[in-house]
Amino acid sequence: MSSPSQQFTEQAEVLTHDLRHRDIVQTALRKYEVVRDKSRGAFQDYRSARQAAAETKWEAVNHLDKYLEQLTKNLEARGTKVHWATTGEQAREIILGIIREKKARSIVKSKAMTSEEIHLNHALEHEGFEVVESDLGEFIVQLRKEAPYHIVFPAMHLTRGDIKELFNRELKSTSSDNPEELTMVARRVLRQKYIHADIGFTGANFAIAETGMVSITENEGNARLTAALPKTMITLLGIEKVLPRLEDLALFLPLLATSGTGQALTCYNTMYGGPRQPGETDGPEEWHVVLLDNRRTELLADPEQRDALHCIRCGACLNVCPIFRNVGGHTYGTTYSGPIGSVITPHLRGLQDWKHLSFSSSLCGACSETCPVKIDLAHHLLQNRRNASEQKPSFWWQTGFRMFSFIFNRPALYKLIGPLGRIGQKLHPLVKGTKLDPAYSWTKTREAPKIAPQTFKEYWRNRS
Amino acid sequence: MTEREKIFARIREALTVQAPLPGHHGETGHRPASNGAPSAHAREWLPPTGDSFEDQLARFRANAADLKATFYLANNRDELAKLLLELRDVEGWKKVASHGGELTDAACKTLALPVCRTDQPFDASELEACDAGITECDALVAQTGSVLVTNRSAGGRALSVLPPHHVVIARRDQLLRDLPAAFELLKKKYAANYPSMISFITGPSRTGDIERILVLGAHGPKKLTIFCV
Amino acid sequence: MTVTLFIPCFVDLMYPRVAISIVEIFEKLGHKIEYPEELTCCGQPAFNSGYWPEAREVALPVLQRLKNAEAVVIASGSCGAMIKVFYPQLFAGTEHEKAAKELSAKCYEFSDFLVTKLGVTDLGARFPHKVTFHDGCHGLRELGNKKPARDLLAKVRDLELTEMRDAETCCGFGGTFAAKFPMISTAMGEVKCASATETGAEYIVSNDSSCLMHVQGLIDKEGRKLKTIHLAEVLTSK
Repeated sequence: MSSPSQQFTEQAEVLTHDLRHRDIVQTALRKYEVVRDKSRGAFQDYRSARQAAAETKWEAVNHLDKYLEQLTKNLEARGTKVHWATTGEQAREIILGIIREKKARSIVKSKAMTSEEIHLNHALEHEGFEVVESDLGEFIVQLRKEAPYHIVFPAMHLTRGDIKELFNRELKSTSSDNPEELTMVARRVLRQKYIHADIGFTGANFAIAETGMVSITENEGNARLTAALPKTMITLLGIEKVLPRLEDLALFLPLLATSGTGQALTCYNTMYGGPRQPGETDGPEEWHVVLLDNRRTELLADPEQRDALHCIRCGACLNVCPIFRNVGGHTYGTTYSGPIGSVITPHLRGLQDWKHLSFSSSLCGACSETCPVKIDLAHHLLQNRRNASEQKPSFWWQTGFRMFSFIFNRPALYKLIGPLGRIGQKLHPLVKGTKLDPAYSWTKTREAPKIAPQTFKEYWRNRS
Repeated sequence: MTEREKIFARIREALTVQAPLPGHHGETGHRPASNGAPSAHAREWLPPTGDSFEDQLARFRANAADLKATFYLANNRDELAKLLLELRDVEGWKKVASHGGELTDAACKTLALPVCRTDQPFDASELEACDAGITECDALVAQTGSVLVTNRSAGGRALSVLPPHHVVIARRDQLLRDLPAAFELLKKKYAANYPSMISFITGPSRTGDIERILVLGAHGPKKLTIFCV
Repeated sequence: MTVTLFIPCFVDLMYPRVAISIVEIFEKLGHKIEYPEELTCCGQPAFNSGYWPEAREVALPVLQRLKNAEAVVIASGSCGAMIKVFYPQLFAGTEHEKAAKELSAKCYEFSDFLVTKLGVTDLGARFPHKVTFHDGCHGLRELGNKKPARDLLAKVRDLELTEMRDAETCCGFGGTFAAKFPMISTAMGEVKCASATETGAEYIVSNDSSCLMHVQGLIDKEGRKLKTIHLAEVLTSK
């Protein structure tokens, strides 16, 4: 099997030439940009809001032990069962254990990237359970047996025509390609699932230490239904999701919406504080909250990149990333794609196997600029490159840079580059555009720049 | 050692080294604690709302229109009753769902239709088959056009989201200026014993998952009507 | 004022007109030019590739030679960011950290120096063409320069500036990235060229020759009519 790096390069080669894909993604993201800018513009002071959000997350992450203890205590006080998982495998076992104990057959899920991270659907289906993704985008990619393309817009790479064909094939629908009609097909199918499912499974956007709550942000109402109808509810979240105070949400809910979808606020922002309480007539009888580490504590142990744990998974950095916009989400081969994925995947899944993602960036910095919690993303890509090269230097690159510094630090040698370059340039047409061309990776698609007849240093010497 | 203890041990070990402050990359140290919560000044940064009731009402009305929710301000209970009857007839409601409450009881009486009550044991399929879910709320939020509900104020978790039309009846004095005010209210009202579900409902259910084209009624209600009296 | 010039290696070798124009501009304004001929490269290629010890070898002579300058002007936003923003990181924890921070404080990208430090916007230039402006990402985001170049272009006679769609999106150069991931780099460049072409401009102007090298390479290969030109050359046109 080829390495993640080879797979990335091969997929990128395909997708960068796929002009239809480029067009679909650009069109979708341009719509996003318009509404995002409008929502940001509506803030009285967006910069201060963003700084305060970064400071709040900093406070939470840098006192994670304190806030997790508080969260757990408050959750348990209301009858919620809290579970801890160091690895994805442990999390899967905990969840399977609950499902088996309940003798459940069917599970309805609302969107949870953490469940993608631990490959939960695969594990559940393998055990013979019926799992249905209820978020429309997730439902679509589940029918296609694909991973979500984007952490917020899972089916962004598909046209209405693609979805119509999919529904006709998989659901025997006869819908046209009208988005409203297609949405109603999914609505009809999923409504019955909520009512009959034994288990409702959700992710979480924030966890509130002060009040022992989990906050879920969505637009469709699928999470609301998932948390209302099935008898047992399971919520999986990363340990870094915690916020100190309930009122912090007054800041985070609008920031998440603005960055995530461009809305001022998403349709449903819901805080759950426990299973059904005495005197309440609906809601799950049991609620299990599974807190997942899965190497987040390793990222925590790197103070330089600890702020990557501030991430609220809004996807804003993906949306502005020109790499993402050209290679698409699936090419990364990771749960979290785009700049944040390139930063954290080497920590979560191994530096040497995933360092290529940090190299696959022009370091343009659009990600750092847009991040609502001010994660220093572009610089973290540089740090991953440094860490990778320190840990396991490539002989050729290191030798190359040593030769480079040897020549460039010696004016007498550097002076030869101009004349030698001019000779090389004369010979270049003999090999240009062939595999023998030392500059092939450049000249395949671009003309090479020419050494000037007179360099600036030559000009300066002549002048004085 | 349990997994919980192991995770805490790793966290505490990791946190022995300080991280740079946010937005000041490279400088290490503690954020000054004296400033209180960083989010304490959120009101000054979030979208403006205006100070008077009229300003805030206008803001709520405009937001509701943007969100494709329908908003009516009724001058008195009689006017509200008239509006409700009109809506019943236009929509052709046969059966509604609701919960006990001063405003909802009056509304149900006015509508004179069979009612599925969700504040007593109910069947989800029956609720699903109702034409509308009629609820009260905790507050309306001018800043965002949101309706703040809890399972205590609005008849449980499913009523406001399972039927195809959510009808909210609020009192004028429930209109709040902004999100910070909504969280203040929640703390004041419930801090001793929070409801197990608190939800900001901002417009009817929607999705943009197909080509980023807005479709209402993805899973929750296709329609949201808010009466303020 | 004595202006110490740092001319990046690729400008020296391939785009000497850019450096000559900068010299002309400062001399015309009556400043003394100092050009340390022995300096070649800022060390960015090694730094960006993760080879920081090798980068320090190239960067140290630059740091030591420039640290006593009155003001350093760098003829590229990218190399400017390297010296101004990344030297303090590269030398953090070494004996040169303080010097790197001090040098950072007096380094300027060329257009920023003209407008912000010298307060000059009108250089009496004339350039009767329709142009669009490309912001090099390092200049734009690491150095926070967007306005100076536009202030300067606004005073150029007969020049018509039309901003392109997604003007702040990267052109895809990114140094060694362009060679390591040529397909992604090229796709980004194509998007950039298409946006520039849409404006109907004859020229893409930029204050970063490295971006222009990439864009011009694509233009030539595709046979587009667009041309590229550095801001300094526009400012010395009559």
